[in-house]
Amino acid sequence: MAKFISRRLFHLIFILIGVSILVFLMLRLIPGDPAHLLVGEFASPADVARIREKLGLDRSYPYQYYIYVKNLLKGDMGVSVRSNVPVSQEVFVRFLATVELSIVAMLISSFIGIMAGVISSVRKYSIFDYCSMVMALAGISMPIFWLGLMLMYLFSVKWGILPMMGRYTMGLDHHVIAGLVILDSLLSGDLQLFFNSLKHLILPAFTLATIPMAIIARMTRSSMLEVMSKDYIRTARAKGLSYGAVIFRHALKNAFLPIITVIGLNFGLLLGGAVLTETIFSWPGLGRYVVDSLSARDYPAVQGCILFFAVIMVVVNLAVDILYFYLDPRLRIDGKG
Amino acid sequence: MEIERREIMKRVYISFLLLAALLMMPSFILAQTPVKGGTLTWGRGGDSVTLDLAQATDGESIKAGIQVLENLVIFKKDTMDVEPQLATSWEVSKDGLVWTFKLRKGVKFHDGTPFNANAVKVSFERVIDKNHPFYKYGTWRYPALGLGPVKEVKVIDDYTVALRTEKPYAPLVANLALWLCPILSPAAIEKYKEDIGRNPVGTGPFKFVKWIKDDQIILERNDDYRGQKPHLDRIILKAIPEVSARFMALQSGAVDIADDLDPDSIEMAKSNTNFKIIERPSVNVGYLAVNTKKPILSNKLVRQAISHAVDKQTIVKTIFRGLAIPAKNPYPPSIWGYNNKIVDYDYSVQKAKGLLAKAGYPNGFDIELWAMPVSRAYMPEPVKTAELIQAYLAAVGINAKIVRYEWGVYLDKTAKGEHDMCMLGWLGGNADPDNFLYGLLSSDNAKPPAANIAFWENAEFDKLVKDAQTVFDKAKRTQLYLRAQEIFHEEVPWVPLVHSTIVRVYNKKLHDVPLRPNGLNSFQMIWKEK
Amino acid sequence: MEKVEALSELKKNKTAMVGLILICFLLILALIGPWISPYNPLVPDPINRLKGPSWSHLFGTDSLGRDILSRVIYGSRISIIIGLIAVSISLVPGAILGLLSGFYGRRVDEPIMRLMDIMLAFPAILLAIFITAILGPSLLNTMIAVGIVYIPHYARIVRSSVLSLKEQLFVQAVRSLGGSNLRIIALHIFPNTIPPIIIYATLGMGTAVLQAAALGFLGLGAQPPTPEWGAMLSEGRQYIQNAPHVAAFPGVAIFMLVLGFNLFGDGLRDILDPSLR
Repeated sequence: MAKFISRRLFHLIFILIGVSILVFLMLRLIPGDPAHLLVGEFASPADVARIREKLGLDRSYPYQYYIYVKNLLKGDMGVSVRSNVPVSQEVFVRFLATVELSIVAMLISSFIGIMAGVISSVRKYSIFDYCSMVMALAGISMPIFWLGLMLMYLFSVKWGILPMMGRYTMGLDHHVIAGLVILDSLLSGDLQLFFNSLKHLILPAFTLATIPMAIIARMTRSSMLEVMSKDYIRTARAKGLSYGAVIFRHALKNAFLPIITVIGLNFGLLLGGAVLTETIFSWPGLGRYVVDSLSARDYPAVQGCILFFAVIMVVVNLAVDILYFYLDPRLRIDGKG
Repeated sequence: MEIERREIMKRVYISFLLLAALLMMPSFILAQTPVKGGTLTWGRGGDSVTLDLAQATDGESIKAGIQVLENLVIFKKDTMDVEPQLATSWEVSKDGLVWTFKLRKGVKFHDGTPFNANAVKVSFERVIDKNHPFYKYGTWRYPALGLGPVKEVKVIDDYTVALRTEKPYAPLVANLALWLCPILSPAAIEKYKEDIGRNPVGTGPFKFVKWIKDDQIILERNDDYRGQKPHLDRIILKAIPEVSARFMALQSGAVDIADDLDPDSIEMAKSNTNFKIIERPSVNVGYLAVNTKKPILSNKLVRQAISHAVDKQTIVKTIFRGLAIPAKNPYPPSIWGYNNKIVDYDYSVQKAKGLLAKAGYPNGFDIELWAMPVSRAYMPEPVKTAELIQAYLAAVGINAKIVRYEWGVYLDKTAKGEHDMCMLGWLGGNADPDNFLYGLLSSDNAKPPAANIAFWENAEFDKLVKDAQTVFDKAKRTQLYLRAQEIFHEEVPWVPLVHSTIVRVYNKKLHDVPLRPNGLNSFQMIWKEK
Repeated sequence: MEKVEALSELKKNKTAMVGLILICFLLILALIGPWISPYNPLVPDPINRLKGPSWSHLFGTDSLGRDILSRVIYGSRISIIIGLIAVSISLVPGAILGLLSGFYGRRVDEPIMRLMDIMLAFPAILLAIFITAILGPSLLNTMIAVGIVYIPHYARIVRSSVLSLKEQLFVQAVRSLGGSNLRIIALHIFPNTIPPIIIYATLGMGTAVLQAAALGFLGLGAQPPTPEWGAMLSEGRQYIQNAPHVAAFPGVAIFMLVLGFNLFGDGLRDILDPSLR
């Protein structure tokens, strides 16, 4: 176990180095003087000289990379050209917004996806099965940005029951505790804010959850089908265990493994989807920040965001790997019984 | 018996009505009394660039800055005449070179320091005197439009200051009312140096509190204000670049006022009883500047061809939904000296093609058409308008590629003359033709960073416009300007597109919302129902 | 599986057939587009802007009065070409890397897969945005960006296919007969990777179209007035309140095309290699 983890950690560090090199190169590959790209069009010659000095832009690439990593480890991702605020600060605030959205989307997609998959597998070839699999297929074929707009039209414009954009209505005050509005409002007892932010969360979270939900549903179904044909299931039934017990205690537990893998691997989809969903619903998260920064030519911000996203992805993947490994031998022992 | 009862019923009804009326009267009266307090959230299309208005060129900076800063004089409420603000009276010497202003006493800046003649001297000289210690703390814009003509500022005593100009300059007092000439606290400039634009300290009815870039600027009531104190507690100016998001914000109540909405949203707002709408004919112009320094475009015939190719009437009817008038001159008819005798280039594909052939381009040519990325009051749908113009040009053989840059970069690059043709506009702050003609079309302003982004240099036009600055007689100035517009029409450095109607849409809970054509709207008098 | 067997299986598989019909329909639309479009998709008619669906404009008009049906039809060409080019750009390097990686083992495998892992560390759309930031926004660059992003996916698929093939008896046999490595790869291994490649390339077309449309939606793809579906959706966003049809129809088009590829790819997978599910 320890050997496994240390091997994976080594792998992780390697990937992180590779990612940082790639992001580092980005700024040098864009046409234009990196110094100007980093300080923006309105900087004075003094500013340009200063950044050149600070990042060693006259020196060799390896040296520049060394400075870049040194700064990163200090937590310095540069300063946003637009706001003059350190990128790390800008990223962190918005990251929490994206996390809130992603977690809720993940919960929705996992819950509904697994439920649908389980029921489909149990009622194989029934109408439910057929419908849910068709919908799942539709789910992965649908452009999220279109789905988001259509949902917005139905629920916000036509029927007017859900708000169109933002995280909560602008007049309300958000007392920051954890940075997650739903949590903070509960903790500070602000029920108005709680329900308000919940309402704002529904459409974007559901839109974001669509693709992972579809994938999880399909995966669950096929995984369950495979498990249920195994001998030990039949043994359990023969022993007289109720259908429910069989499904949940034995089958699902064993089928869970690939499902977890899929959930973890889909995290990347979730992050990518966040970019589009946040743009549509004006959700103040990291995804929208990347897009806005790019169109504003705020390259330090773009660089910082992309790096941040990649690091999160890698770390989550590692966590999923470890979780998988942890669950696997345990289950193997359980399954025999 | 029946009649009696009917009589009684009638009396009951009438007394009931009277009672109801009596009960409602107080609420009627109450409805008119300004409510103190509240926060106004003001939605606009972009963030300000700087709040030190002497350095500002864009409407968003001006919008916010004028709540905090004051000038010596300002424009009267509904006319373009000038009235005292921080100055109480003024006179000009017989040779027309020295203007003496008497200043208001007992006024304090937001940081507590006193307003006096020295503050005027510092605020002005830092802009015009290269040797002033504060000169390097900013980039001074359009000096020609603001303090340019002023050569020296002399403190006569604490409350008297004299401005000396190089040549007699008739529009000086009108210039001083422009946003470009605010009075700031010298102590604050000393303290913040180059960051004075992010920390403005003035004498206005609102104080600056905080600025979160690209998001919002927060202002607070100045409880020590010398005049009528504002009703509102706070103003939050929120930047919502996407026009549909801005309208949605208004609909959801996230903002109380939405500026620069697209005509389609305005149509929707008109049918919604929750909103009030005010319209004013503008003092602005939206135009297509043709860079006369570039090959092909330096040929007058080509520029005239382009003028014939564009169907302004349709643009006004469709994209602007009628909230504009087609433009034929550099400034709108609401400003004096407008030459109405000029006949605009009519929309004619044939004439356009003919002129192009005569110029030597029978098969047209390729070109770049730059469009703004953000909506402006004079052009709420720049990209759509550009696409339409692109189609019109394509119909005569000119292949235009639409190019966009981020707003700040766009302003910068066009000021440097990197474009072939670009769309831009102007809001004439002081309703003086000089503002438009000299400011945007003279060769003085054709040097980067230029305001004359057609980079047009015409000696005859220059002379007319400069002469008009030194003449004090309005009739004579009018003659000069009429002729200048004729030359403009002939040489076509711009294809003037539209003069748009300014529209402000706001929540009906707000009262006394101003909308001045010149864009200098103080929110001092606004109040909000609870 | 024999080709004849495969084809008859294909016909029996309903999912695949529906998918195929959708794809063919859109393909034909793309090919004969210019002849059946009722209007020129590029010429504005601003007087008739934002009109809802009617007999003269089946899909309504956009903000400049252009016929949306015509624009959707022309857009099908653009999207299909984007898909083809992007998948090609992904497939060729991806397959080569996968073959080399799977066949030659440790020495070659490690570095190649590490490089692929680094690319896979970025969420797909962000990597595409990254590449577009470097190259600049245009239709061609969108294709290139989406193409590059999915190289690791194809590399992995081919690699795992090669790995399982390597162990099989016939490869050992050829080896013992003295066949050179290159021969083995080209004549024996590669042909057997074709079924999974076809499956994933088909599914990949759908993904490529979606990603390209996403980039178009973000304004990084085709520039106006090109009728690319993603860009049309972006425009429709502004009018979601008063003219939802502007966004609705291009979205349906994207959906149908991607669904077609997904159905067909699924069906192919069922037939050719159910173990891949």
